[in-house]
Amino acid sequence: MNLLLVLQNILAIGVPFSVALLLAALGEMFNQRAGVFNLGCEGIMAMGAFLGFLPSFLLKGSALAPWAPAIGIACAALAGILLGLLFGLVTVSFRAPQGIAGIGLQMLGWGTAGTLSRRFVGGVTGIPGIDTWPIPGLSKIPFLGPILFSMTPFGYFGFLMVPISWYVLFKTPWGLKVRAVGTHPRAADTMGTKVARTRFQALMLGGAMAGLAGAYLSLAQAKMFADDIVAGRGFIAVALVYFGRWHPLYILGGSLLFSIAQSFQLAIQVLGIDFPYEFAVMLPYVLVILVLAFAKNSRLRGPAELGKPYNREKRV
Amino acid sequence: MNRTYRTLYSAAIIIAAAAAAVGIGALVLMAIGVSVPETYRVILTEPFKDMYGITEILVRTVPLILVGLGIAISFRSGILNIGAEGQMQIGILAATAVALALPDLPKWLLLPLVLIAGALGGALWGSIAGLLKARLGVNEILSTVMLNYIAAQLHGFLLRGPMIDPAELQVGSGTPQSMRLPKAAWLDRILTGYRLHWGLAIALGLAVIVYFLMWRTTWGFRMRAAGAEAKAARYAGIRVESCLAAAMILAGAFAGLAGAIEVTGVHRRAIEGISAGYGFSGIVVALFGGLHPAGIVPSAFFFGLLLIGADMTQRALSVPANMVLVLQGAVILSIVSAKTWLNDPYARDKAVRKMAALFGGGRK
Amino acid sequence: MAKNANRITELRVEGITKRFPGTLACDSVSLRVGEGEALALVGENGAGKTTLMNILMGLYQPDEGKIFINGNQVRFRTPNDAYAAGIGMVHQHFMLVPNMTVAENVALGSSDLRGRFRLNLGAARARIGEISERYGLAVQPDSYVWQLSVGEQQRVELVKTLCFGAKFLILDEPTSALTPQETDELIVLLARMTADMPIIFISHKLAEVKALSNKVTILRAGRVAFSGDTADHSPADLAALMTGHEVTLPRNECAEGCGETLLAARGLKVRSDRGHLALDGVDLEVRAGEILGLAGVSGNGQRELADALAGLRTPEAGSITLAGTELAGLPPRKIIEAGMGYIPEDRQTEGIVPSFTVSENLALKDFAAPRFAAGPFLRLKATDANAAALKERYDIRCPSTATPAGSLSGGNIQKVILARELARGPKALVAVYPTRGLDMGAEEFIHKRLLELRREGVAVLLISEELDELMNLSDRIAVIFKGRILATVPAPEATKARLGALMAGLREGEGATA
Repeated sequence: MNLLLVLQNILAIGVPFSVALLLAALGEMFNQRAGVFNLGCEGIMAMGAFLGFLPSFLLKGSALAPWAPAIGIACAALAGILLGLLFGLVTVSFRAPQGIAGIGLQMLGWGTAGTLSRRFVGGVTGIPGIDTWPIPGLSKIPFLGPILFSMTPFGYFGFLMVPISWYVLFKTPWGLKVRAVGTHPRAADTMGTKVARTRFQALMLGGAMAGLAGAYLSLAQAKMFADDIVAGRGFIAVALVYFGRWHPLYILGGSLLFSIAQSFQLAIQVLGIDFPYEFAVMLPYVLVILVLAFAKNSRLRGPAELGKPYNREKRV
Repeated sequence: MNRTYRTLYSAAIIIAAAAAAVGIGALVLMAIGVSVPETYRVILTEPFKDMYGITEILVRTVPLILVGLGIAISFRSGILNIGAEGQMQIGILAATAVALALPDLPKWLLLPLVLIAGALGGALWGSIAGLLKARLGVNEILSTVMLNYIAAQLHGFLLRGPMIDPAELQVGSGTPQSMRLPKAAWLDRILTGYRLHWGLAIALGLAVIVYFLMWRTTWGFRMRAAGAEAKAARYAGIRVESCLAAAMILAGAFAGLAGAIEVTGVHRRAIEGISAGYGFSGIVVALFGGLHPAGIVPSAFFFGLLLIGADMTQRALSVPANMVLVLQGAVILSIVSAKTWLNDPYARDKAVRKMAALFGGGRK
Repeated sequence: MAKNANRITELRVEGITKRFPGTLACDSVSLRVGEGEALALVGENGAGKTTLMNILMGLYQPDEGKIFINGNQVRFRTPNDAYAAGIGMVHQHFMLVPNMTVAENVALGSSDLRGRFRLNLGAARARIGEISERYGLAVQPDSYVWQLSVGEQQRVELVKTLCFGAKFLILDEPTSALTPQETDELIVLLARMTADMPIIFISHKLAEVKALSNKVTILRAGRVAFSGDTADHSPADLAALMTGHEVTLPRNECAEGCGETLLAARGLKVRSDRGHLALDGVDLEVRAGEILGLAGVSGNGQRELADALAGLRTPEAGSITLAGTELAGLPPRKIIEAGMGYIPEDRQTEGIVPSFTVSENLALKDFAAPRFAAGPFLRLKATDANAAALKERYDIRCPSTATPAGSLSGGNIQKVILARELARGPKALVAVYPTRGLDMGAEEFIHKRLLELRREGVAVLLISEELDELMNLSDRIAVIFKGRILATVPAPEATKARLGALMAGLREGEGATA
């Protein structure tokens, strides 16, 4: 067995798999840097997956069909923004505990996507979806070419967002505000930064990214929608942010790692290895637990006020 | 007068929260083009129309009480158990395995063993997350959610493989289900012709026991102190980490027991879908019931009603079953929002003063 | 951010009222500060000083009242409005983001010092340099805030406020975390600054009030008790006006001799959360019937010492003994059983479980003992009876012992903690900043109890930032600096100057300069 070929196969499956995780995790990174962790990411991804899928399904065969994916993406992002705002209302304006509220949002998103899907779509149908857009020339580079330069637009966007997020977070005034608000909101408040507004902005960005991540799953990866299409990726994305030390580069590394783990279930089928299917599916989830268990001291480097609501009127 | 205003404030918050939950549900119902009042009517009234409906509500209530009790213990002790779904599935597997392995034991021996096995299975699964949190500080929401997915795969693997009913293999249909349990492992029905079983008595009995455990023993005092203010509890000599682990193990045990009871009382075999979302519904039940046994029992009944009602709307009005999740998610969001408003003395005082200014009679 | 180009020649507030749940923090307060004036806002803890200043800063909204600047009424809805009007505040707990540099903190607060889309710290650095020079405040723009000492951080706070174009300075307890020498420096600096802008500073230290201010306003229970010229009154007058009655805090007369060593630490080494050695070989001895005061600027290892004595941190090396029993490394439960009493620093989250009742909190350490439990079952009647007795004896003000302890006032919470600890008959008591944030009445109560304990033969370790408190109560005072005990001074020989020098790290015998 040519080792290089195996590696290339793994990467060829793993890299596209990582796009959903990457998009969702980068969005969640902004949330957490601002002090809010949104477990509802999973539910937002479910809604994003459904809304990304729906226009393609409804407009199949009609004149507008080529526009369907774009409409779907827009709807998914919009839904993400709205759900992010809802989460902000509950956790920032009402100051409810973020963990449980996130689970509530997840159930809401997942349930709504499933309900709408049963009603408007019925069974499991395929859609043309979005194919890869290979970059001429670059995609011919041996080994890396077919992997890095032959991705879907989501993939290019996702990978581009790594340096862009880094820049936004560390080199723009808004990024400064986000980081301040997650570390010492009272100081930021006394210096004129609107804490709630900044958190809402981060949540909207995070929600939009999660929505896009969901749309990727239905439009580009699976090219269909099913109830369980997200399968925990939203939660894994949240864990990834801890694991990635709230930094875009490590988050990229983490999402590649997890998606390679996820791709094992495909790989063993393709390569015909005799390994129980269910255990292969388990792998990414086990990996998350292992990683969380051995990520020492990440608490110390994280945003100091992560998870704590801010109340200006509270007597210091 | 201020007292009245304070009550009004609390009442207003609760009404607003209920309205929000109902409203969100209504939005989704409208999106799928179903009559909102009709749906809510069916959910809330149809199940009461005959004995079948009522007993089915109670059938659903049993696992909800058990899971809810476990979650209440864990939440009160400061650790959030989102893993009841997986713990229940492991409990189902453990109970079934023991029942199938010892078919010749007499009922008075086998049934308790099977139930205990279920509880132990769930406890074991819960202990993973509990110890991870206690020893390594791993966020329990993430670990229990991951464990849910792992348990689901394990469940599927065992039911399609080693634990599958040999009859299925013969016939070749491959439905992932185990053999029927020996009669000695069956929890008896209370009323013939209906599925309501004696698990209800077990659940209610445990509710009383949990009350005494948490509020009347030194053990419960320790757990509640650890959950209410971990720092102060440490200073008082309480080993907070042990409390967290114990709480998670106990919560797992309750979920596992719920699974065992469902298997022995309702289905009499292990099959896909027994746990059917009880793990998540249990969270809502516990929150809605104020994390107290006295509230959890009626809350479980109410959500049992919702679950049956949702089934009925699926048949009568083509409302998909996922609607239940929507309602549960909306209820969670409303409850946590309401709780923070209710517990916020600043907001309450402001509101009371506004009311006094408008309606008079307040103390300045 | 529009800046008022003119100087502020007069700031006036009229009839400011502010309520918090259960308390009236400010009750129709009026005051006036004019050009060239430094107004001292004085009052006990809880008198309403910080609340009033936070209203001036736009952090809180007054329920009633008006604010006037140079004769024009202004409304501050957010801190931004206060900035725009030229008000700047140096907070008691610094408002600096710790993991950002000084320049980043300044850029955060000023939109025209940072650029629109690209973060440009050059403008911020330039302004910092400008202000630094003008006022002689040396500050490194690119150092991270967490690396700076407390005194340096305060300088950064001041510079930051000036960078935002402050034309009116408010300082909240500016000397609370400084050594006496640093305090003197600050007083000189502020005196220079009054030439440029009016200043209000909050303090409860009457000596500083006399040194710095020319006007003083005294708040008592949210109301203005007195307003006038500082020069006309002595510190004793001011103290009486502050509390409303003659107050003499109890003093330790050092009459009785002390017994043998009861509580001792030897060669104690403890790591901080960040990993460095917070305690680097601490040697301490507290004898029976003695109060040993521990002085030092906050952050020199007091937290880690207290945690080690309570069993919450395991020492890396060294020993802790109580009446001969080795305690180092034992879990908190065993240390409590060995007879260690403890009054923690943070009464709200370390001393009580806020949602538990007063009754439950009074039994928090003994709920499993035969007194309060029959086997595994709680004896609720016994707990309530105990609570009723302690409430009486310690004069704990609460509607009933079934009230959640978190809703009590700070002084009463401290009484609950004290009652619980003392009722257990400890051999030694560690008290960490026990009177922080309390009014004089509560302070008096606690001091009396501590002296009582001393007479009963308990070994008391008093960790405090207030030199007056330490000098009043202790038999000996030890000074901790960078994790080591620099010296232990007998009370009769302890002066502020001497202690101040030690707190700053100057060993005795070395050339000391202010």
